[in-house]
Amino acid sequence: MSALERRAATARLLKDRGDALVVTGLGSTTYDAFAAGDSPLTFYLWGAMGGAATVGLGLALAQPKRRVVVITGDGEMLMGLGSLATVGVQRPANLAIVVIDNGLYAETGMQRTHTASGVDLAGVARACGFAHAETVRTQGELDRLARAAYEAPGPFFASIKVAPDPTSIELAPRDGPTLRNRFRAAVLGSDAAR
Amino acid sequence: MSTWSDALYELLLDAGVKQVAYVPDAGHKRLIELALANPDLKTTVLTTEEEGVALLVGAYLGGDRGVLLLQSSGVGNCINMLSLAAECRVPLLMLVTMRGEWGEFNPWQVTMGQATPTVLEAMGTIVLRADDAEQIVETVRAGSVLAFDSGRMVAVLIGQRAIGAKVFRK
Repeated sequence: MSALERRAATARLLKDRGDALVVTGLGSTTYDAFAAGDSPLTFYLWGAMGGAATVGLGLALAQPKRRVVVITGDGEMLMGLGSLATVGVQRPANLAIVVIDNGLYAETGMQRTHTASGVDLAGVARACGFAHAETVRTQGELDRLARAAYEAPGPFFASIKVAPDPTSIELAPRDGPTLRNRFRAAVLGSDAAR
Repeated sequence: MSTWSDALYELLLDAGVKQVAYVPDAGHKRLIELALANPDLKTTVLTTEEEGVALLVGAYLGGDRGVLLLQSSGVGNCINMLSLAAECRVPLLMLVTMRGEWGEFNPWQVTMGQATPTVLEAMGTIVLRADDAEQIVETVRAGSVLAFDSGRMVAVLIGQRAIGAKVFRK
């Protein structure tokens, strides 16, 4: 079985995002999302490792009528594993967390993460009470995920198993106030300045 | 029942706080109960305090003001995550109940308690302090203005002297 390629998988996931609010974890998932097309409704993290899921949670609670999708890596998710329990307690219906899982810390020299040794992130999410948790391995499953991530009742979790091949670094915007201001303006309109 | 907690609750509502994130602490017991009892507040219990920093950045991105309730030992857990609020200049209000100082009986609390203001300041957080119960409300009010109106990371340390040192009971 040929493994999914991370950049194409992220592009597929984001193709029909509509007006969903997207938060990306530092490193490769930020590059992947930027490569798929920039948007003011994407908040790229360049640090804050372990924090992507809870940034998404705070946003989902603040904007309950909008869909919030967090896209992050397996290493980033592992550093904030407790946040899955926190999301499981809050149970936001509008939050989806999608992990792009290559089993490696790509930023630091391709060292193996815990998922490469069998730690099952979807199993953790399920045990934390997520409404849906799955591991995606095929194009057909990815195509279904690309709808469900925006439509299925949350909290929704998916881990996409991707090939370990390195990808290019695509430099998304990284000035914090710029990212903050464009995101808030796009979400809140004139209230952003208050 | 500590009246300053009730006053803080009203102050936070008046300041427009919509989200409350906490790791339980005895000093915040009453405030946590008040927050949980208000269905208009989105109150989130965390597994570790750094989740609260990230959560409140997300809340701010979505237009909600929030507050993080934590104990001084939890400040250590927040250090790297504070870069997120600092780098994006997100208003952040933390109410920190202190351990490891005035009359502390547990030596394991002292190292982090003593380091708390230093590490917060090292991360660019403005540190205010109340050591008298009478000062708590006015100090938090000043902190909330600094946080929300001047867009700063602010920690209000509520001293063990103001709360009353925890005593050891079998």
